[in-house]
Amino acid sequence: MTGHKYWYKRGLKDGLPIGLGYLAVSLALGIAASRAGMTAVQATLTSLLINASAGEYAGFTAIAAGSTYLEVTLVEAVANIRYLLMSCALSQKLPEDATLGQRMLVGFYTTDEIFGASVSVPGKLDVWYTYGLATPAAPGWALGTLLGVIMGDILPLRIVSALSVGLYGMFIAIFIPPARKNKVILGLVILSFAASYVFSTLQVFAAVSSSLKVIILTVVISLLAAVLFPVKEEEANADA
Amino acid sequence: MHNVYIYILCMAAVTFLIRVLPLTLIRRQIKNRILRSFLYYVPYVTLAVMTFPAILGATQSVYSALAALVVAIVLAWRGKGLFPVSVLSCVTVLIAECFV
Repeated sequence: MTGHKYWYKRGLKDGLPIGLGYLAVSLALGIAASRAGMTAVQATLTSLLINASAGEYAGFTAIAAGSTYLEVTLVEAVANIRYLLMSCALSQKLPEDATLGQRMLVGFYTTDEIFGASVSVPGKLDVWYTYGLATPAAPGWALGTLLGVIMGDILPLRIVSALSVGLYGMFIAIFIPPARKNKVILGLVILSFAASYVFSTLQVFAAVSSSLKVIILTVVISLLAAVLFPVKEEEANADA
Repeated sequence: MHNVYIYILCMAAVTFLIRVLPLTLIRRQIKNRILRSFLYYVPYVTLAVMTFPAILGATQSVYSALAALVVAIVLAWRGKGLFPVSVLSCVTVLIAECFV
């Protein structure tokens, strides 16, 4: 029931909708890449190596603007800094004897969705589950980028519009079930929605990148919750 | 003129370091209760923050996105998995945008 084979298969099953969602979202990214002057090969390579929508988009924009290598690197770091937190959280989810290679591979594929699915398994994470998730997800991401560059704007807007909501649907399917069981998490979800909304409307934060907003809100709200409602040992191991 | 492949390499390298460093450096179970609790809450908070209000701008109309949000929350609350929730929220947008 809990062998690597079981977890890999389960990862494939959960990774399929992620891959389909990526295919849709990265179409838009491919279109942005071609507008920034990237070729199909360059854009696809970027997606294969980076697996991050906001990060790649920010990078393409900076490249199109003729920024220096250092500037592009910094822009990329800011856009992707939330993965530092996710990586910290995942470090507690992996068995202590996970090898360096396994840690690097899990880290490489830490996208928002793969992270979300990986932390939602009960107990420790079998790395093969994450590999299973990445198997359809990573090619979906690269293929969508490629198609976006090649097909440009010929896709019906209505289809792109519908597909682009799929990844959010997945996020919701990850945080709602635990929120139903745990009142603190439910409160946090509501607070996060409200705070995020307020942040997005305040003019003061208009210049702050959306990735940085995610970081600030995540740190402040999670820290507040950790101080007010510290979890018991068993709780953290069981459901995280 | 800058070389695009060097740009891509810089982006890939910094992203890789961000994603891999904590995973490879933090090898033990963190004992501090506050820190453990913080990391326990991080996934839920970060996913919720990323979902709203961003979802409202993802589609052509705020109303179709809002309908998808409600449908997804109700389905997830009733215990539906990743795939049905994701697909049905897309279908909701498709249907809703026929009327908007």
